[in-house]
Amino acid sequence: MKFQGRIVSPGTITAEALVSHGGLNTLASFQKALQFGDKKATCGDQNNPDLYGKQMAGKALCLPQTIGSTTGGLVLYCACSMGRQPACMLFSQPIDSLAAAGAVLADVWLDNVKMPVIDSLGDEFLSYVKDGMKITVNSDGSVDVE
Amino acid sequence: MNLTKEQQAILDGEKGEVLAKVMQTLVRYGELFGATEMVPVTSKHNHLVTSFGLKALGPVYSLMDQLIETGAVSKQTFSVDPRPLDKNVPSNFLLDFIFNNFMYSKQDFYEGQLDKLGLMDKDAFTCTCYMDQVGNKPQKGEVLSWAESSAVVYANSVLGARCNRNSGIIDLMGSVVGFVPKFGLLTDEGRRATWIIDIQTTKKPEAQLLGSAIGMRVMEEVPFIRGLDKWIGTELTDAACTYLKDMGAATASNGAVGLYHVENLTPEAVEQGASLIAEGAQTYVIDDAELQRVYDSYPVMWKNKDATPKLCFMGCPHMSLQQLCDWTDKVERSLKESGNKKVCVPTVFTASPAVLKEFEKTPYADRLKATGVITSYICPLMYMNNPLAGKMPVITSSNKLRTYTTARYYTDDEILAEITKGGK
Repeated sequence: MKFQGRIVSPGTITAEALVSHGGLNTLASFQKALQFGDKKATCGDQNNPDLYGKQMAGKALCLPQTIGSTTGGLVLYCACSMGRQPACMLFSQPIDSLAAAGAVLADVWLDNVKMPVIDSLGDEFLSYVKDGMKITVNSDGSVDVE
Repeated sequence: MNLTKEQQAILDGEKGEVLAKVMQTLVRYGELFGATEMVPVTSKHNHLVTSFGLKALGPVYSLMDQLIETGAVSKQTFSVDPRPLDKNVPSNFLLDFIFNNFMYSKQDFYEGQLDKLGLMDKDAFTCTCYMDQVGNKPQKGEVLSWAESSAVVYANSVLGARCNRNSGIIDLMGSVVGFVPKFGLLTDEGRRATWIIDIQTTKKPEAQLLGSAIGMRVMEEVPFIRGLDKWIGTELTDAACTYLKDMGAATASNGAVGLYHVENLTPEAVEQGASLIAEGAQTYVIDDAELQRVYDSYPVMWKNKDATPKLCFMGCPHMSLQQLCDWTDKVERSLKESGNKKVCVPTVFTASPAVLKEFEKTPYADRLKATGVITSYICPLMYMNNPLAGKMPVITSSNKLRTYTTARYYTDDEILAEITKGGK
C-alpha cells in the first residue's frame, strides 16, 4: 500500500514500522535513553502503551503528532546527534511545531545524520500500518507499507 | 518565504555561516506552517525554556558553544525557566548523588553559557517571568520568541502579546537573529477561536481542573470561554491573573493550547467580543459533572495507590506573591482547626526568586515558615523527572506536574486537608 505525504526532511530509507496511535511525548519517551546511554532508545513513556519498553532507534516511527514539553524539539535533536534517532518519522497529521523544530534542527545542524521526516500521510496510514511491517520512504514523499 | 534584504543577506551568509544556519532553521521551520514572511521580535526581553544542565543534552551545549564562539548571541537579555535543584527541598543521599553526578552535572557549565548568551541576571530563573517582581512582562501586541508553554499561553491570552508555541532552541534562535516566522498565533486569523467553552458550573471551577478539561478537549485550538467572568470577574486583578495563570498552564500541558480568550475579561475578548469566534466553531459545555468526570479520569501512577504522601509540591507554574500570602492564611487556619502545629506532609511552595525575595519582606514569610512549609525556586517537574523521585508518592495541585510525572493531583481544598490534617 502506498501513501503520499509532504516532505519535512528529505531522504530515502527502508525500516521496520513502530506505531504509536497516541501522540509521542518526546521528552518522556527519550529522556531515560539519552540519560543512561541506551543505544536502542527504549521508550520510557509509561503513558504510551504502544511504545513503552520498545526500541525506537532505527525504526520507522509512525505517529499522529508529538505532544508534551516544549523541550521536545531539542530532545529530538539530541537523539539524532547521539545516533539514537528513529530511522524515519512518519506523521499521519500535519507536523506539530515541536517535532518540526527537532526535524529541522537535525537536518540543518548535523552533518552526518539523516532522518527522513514525512507528514500529512492521513489517518488511513495510521490505521493500516502495524508494528513490524516493512516501510520504504521514497524521495517524492511517498511511503510504501508492506 | 519573502525575506527582506537584511534577512536574505543573513541567510546568504553575509554575517557568517552560523548565523546563516540559524536563519535557515527559522525559515524552514516557518515554511512548514505556511509562513510567508519573518517579522521582528519586538519584546524587550526574551524567555528560554531550557534552564537545566541535563547531562543528556550534550549536543545542545555544543550548539550553544557554536553560537557563543561566533558572537551569535541573543539580541535581547532573557529570563529562563526555573533551576532544577535547590538544597532546601527535601531529598536523600541517593537522590542527591543521581542529581549531581548523572542528571544535572552540567548545571554550572550551562548557566555559564546562559550568562554569555544574554541572561537578564543570576536570579532570572522562573517559568512565571511575567510577574511584576521579575520584570519580563511583554506589552500587548508585542511579538515574542518564547517556548515555555505556560508562559506562552499567559502572554498570548492575558497580556495580548503574540507568540507561537515554539520548541526550545527555536526560542533562542528567534532572539539571535531578531526575527521569527509569521504564522499561527502571530496572525489575526490564527487567534480566532474555533471552540466555544460554555461554563455552567454551580460554583467557581477549580482553575487547574478547568484548564485540564479544556486542554484535553480542544488540544492545540483556540477556545473562547463564556461564563467564567461570573466567577472571576471582569477585571484583570491579581486574583484573576493568578487564576488564569494556573488554568492556562493546565490547558497548555493537558492539551497544547497557546491562546484562550475569556469573555469580558482577556484583552482581545474585551475589544472584539464574539467576533473573535470563527464560523463553525464547536461548543463544549462544562458543568459540575463534566469536571468530576475529568477528575475521575486521571490515572494514579503510584505503585501503592494507598501510600501515605511523602512530599507535596505547590507552584507549577510558580506561585504569585498573592498566592503565597493567601496560602499562608489557609494553612494556618486549617492547622488551627486540626490542632496541629506543623504540616504533616513535607510541603514545598515554589515561586520565582524575585517573588520569594518580596515575600520574605512580608510578615507572611515567618508565619509560613512556622507551619513547616518550605519555599523554593526549584522546578518541581525537573525534581520529579528521574526514576527515584518517580517512585515517591508525591501530591500536587498542579495539573502540569500530574501530566508529566507520577505526582498525584488533588484540588486545592484536598491538598490543604492532606498537608494539614493528613487527608482527614
